[in-house]
Amino acid sequence: MAVLVKVMKRPVKETSYLRATLKGMALTFSHLFRPKVTMQYPEQKATDDWTLSSRWRGTHRMLTDEQGRAKCVACGLCPQICPANCIKLVPGEDEEGHRYPLIYEIDEFRCVFCGYCQEVCPEEAIHVGVHYENSEYARDRFVYDLERLCAQTHPVSTLWDPADPKGE
Amino acid sequence: MSDVAFLVITVVKIVVVFTAIMVGVALLTLAERRICAWMQDRLGPNRVGPQGLLQPAADGLKNILKEETLPAQADKLLFLLAPAISFVPALLTFAVIPFGAPLHTKWGDIPLVVADLPVGFLYILAISSLGVYGITLAGWSSNNKYSLLGGLRAAAQMISYEIAMGMSAVAVLLIAGNVTLSDVVARQATGTPLTWNVVPLALGFLIFLVAAFAETNRLPFDLPEAEGELIAGYHTEYSAMKFSMFYIAEYSNMVTASALMTTLFFGGWDIPFTTWDNTAPWTLLKTIASVAMFGAKVGFFLFLYIWVRWTLPRFRYDQLMALGWRVMLPLALVYLTVIATAIWYLHERLGWVYDARFALALGAVNVALAVPLFFVLDRGRLVSGSVAREGA
Repeated sequence: MAVLVKVMKRPVKETSYLRATLKGMALTFSHLFRPKVTMQYPEQKATDDWTLSSRWRGTHRMLTDEQGRAKCVACGLCPQICPANCIKLVPGEDEEGHRYPLIYEIDEFRCVFCGYCQEVCPEEAIHVGVHYENSEYARDRFVYDLERLCAQTHPVSTLWDPADPKGE
Repeated sequence: MSDVAFLVITVVKIVVVFTAIMVGVALLTLAERRICAWMQDRLGPNRVGPQGLLQPAADGLKNILKEETLPAQADKLLFLLAPAISFVPALLTFAVIPFGAPLHTKWGDIPLVVADLPVGFLYILAISSLGVYGITLAGWSSNNKYSLLGGLRAAAQMISYEIAMGMSAVAVLLIAGNVTLSDVVARQATGTPLTWNVVPLALGFLIFLVAAFAETNRLPFDLPEAEGELIAGYHTEYSAMKFSMFYIAEYSNMVTASALMTTLFFGGWDIPFTTWDNTAPWTLLKTIASVAMFGAKVGFFLFLYIWVRWTLPRFRYDQLMALGWRVMLPLALVYLTVIATAIWYLHERLGWVYDARFALALGAVNVALAVPLFFVLDRGRLVSGSVAREGA
């Protein structure tokens, strides 16, 4: 049994193949000379009409004070709020009673980059970063310790502010 | 020329032509991707070498190093042979195409054609459709339903369009009065491009062009490998260099078809507006200029192939068959009848010899035929749905 293909009724006077083909070829030919939209990535990381958002949430960075020590006071809020449970914090205390992290590790593979750690941090120590190039040769290199977090230099994310929703 | 010299010269010509086609095919795969990208406002592969020129070498290296797979239930002998069978005819066809003015050497003037056969055109008709055996055998020997369908489609398509292609080319032979391709070229070279066969046989060229697209399985006629329906059609089961061979075959077919269109309709290696290149004494400069002219014309048709591919969508299978049998074949037959009558009238009754005036008179006949083609036949009749037409 032959299966019939349903065909839309079109006014015969307006349909064409040869002339439509020529029109289409003129269009594709004109596209040959139009400006190209390709961004040549490793050399070029932003174009006139596209840059990475300042609210981008990428791998973390720990800010440091004037002496180069982590600003973290080991309050324990970030491991508490972290929905992915990827922050490991062991607090310590020096002889003057200042708290500091003995161990501070973030497993970037577990992290869901929600940015809650940055939002909750009372000392503005831990931040998510505006950064996306994260290749390593081994999986365990993605557990960032305190030293590595402090050594990062990329810009940090400006989180969304409900009072200023458009970031102005 | 002694027999030994003839043998040596022929072998040298074969090697040169083979190398030129292979390099051309390699560059063509790159040109295809880059032109496609430009038409889509992208840049395309431009990383390997300057402007991506080494990309074909990288692709070739990758294909040689890849794993060869062999389906367990495949017909081993034919499965291995099929890529070669589709590849060889594409190259064989080029043997009779003249690609330049004779080369003057101290051993005599060497005609720039691998084999100047007196039956050149018949040879092309005989060999060019052999390539479909490779495709059909590949489809059959893979023991895969998609491959088989692709192979069958290729065979059906080739038969349908071969007739229209042959018919439209017969008109060329009527003008040349000869089937030797070097005579066909010589007849077109009168110092003005008006005597190129595309002027007196414009519609014949159009039919030949469409049929050539179908013969080379290029869009809009690439149904044998329609990936939407058949995965990859006849080469679904092929990998590595065997897969690559089908690609090389497709592109060699394009080169040959372009060279054929150049030879039959665009004056071959003739340089327009001058007879300097067509008259003895032959010099090296004339040879180089005419070969470059031939290359430029072939290059234009190769660009046309790519251009059309990235413009048109694919036909449905029944549309392809309907176009081949219900439009192209009657059109070619009617056209041949009209042109043969016109040539007879001009030649026998008016006693004109073939020159620009003759060509223009035939061109006028073509224009008269083109009007109904473009404005009556084009209205929903060239390509339509598969439902029965009203009243039919």
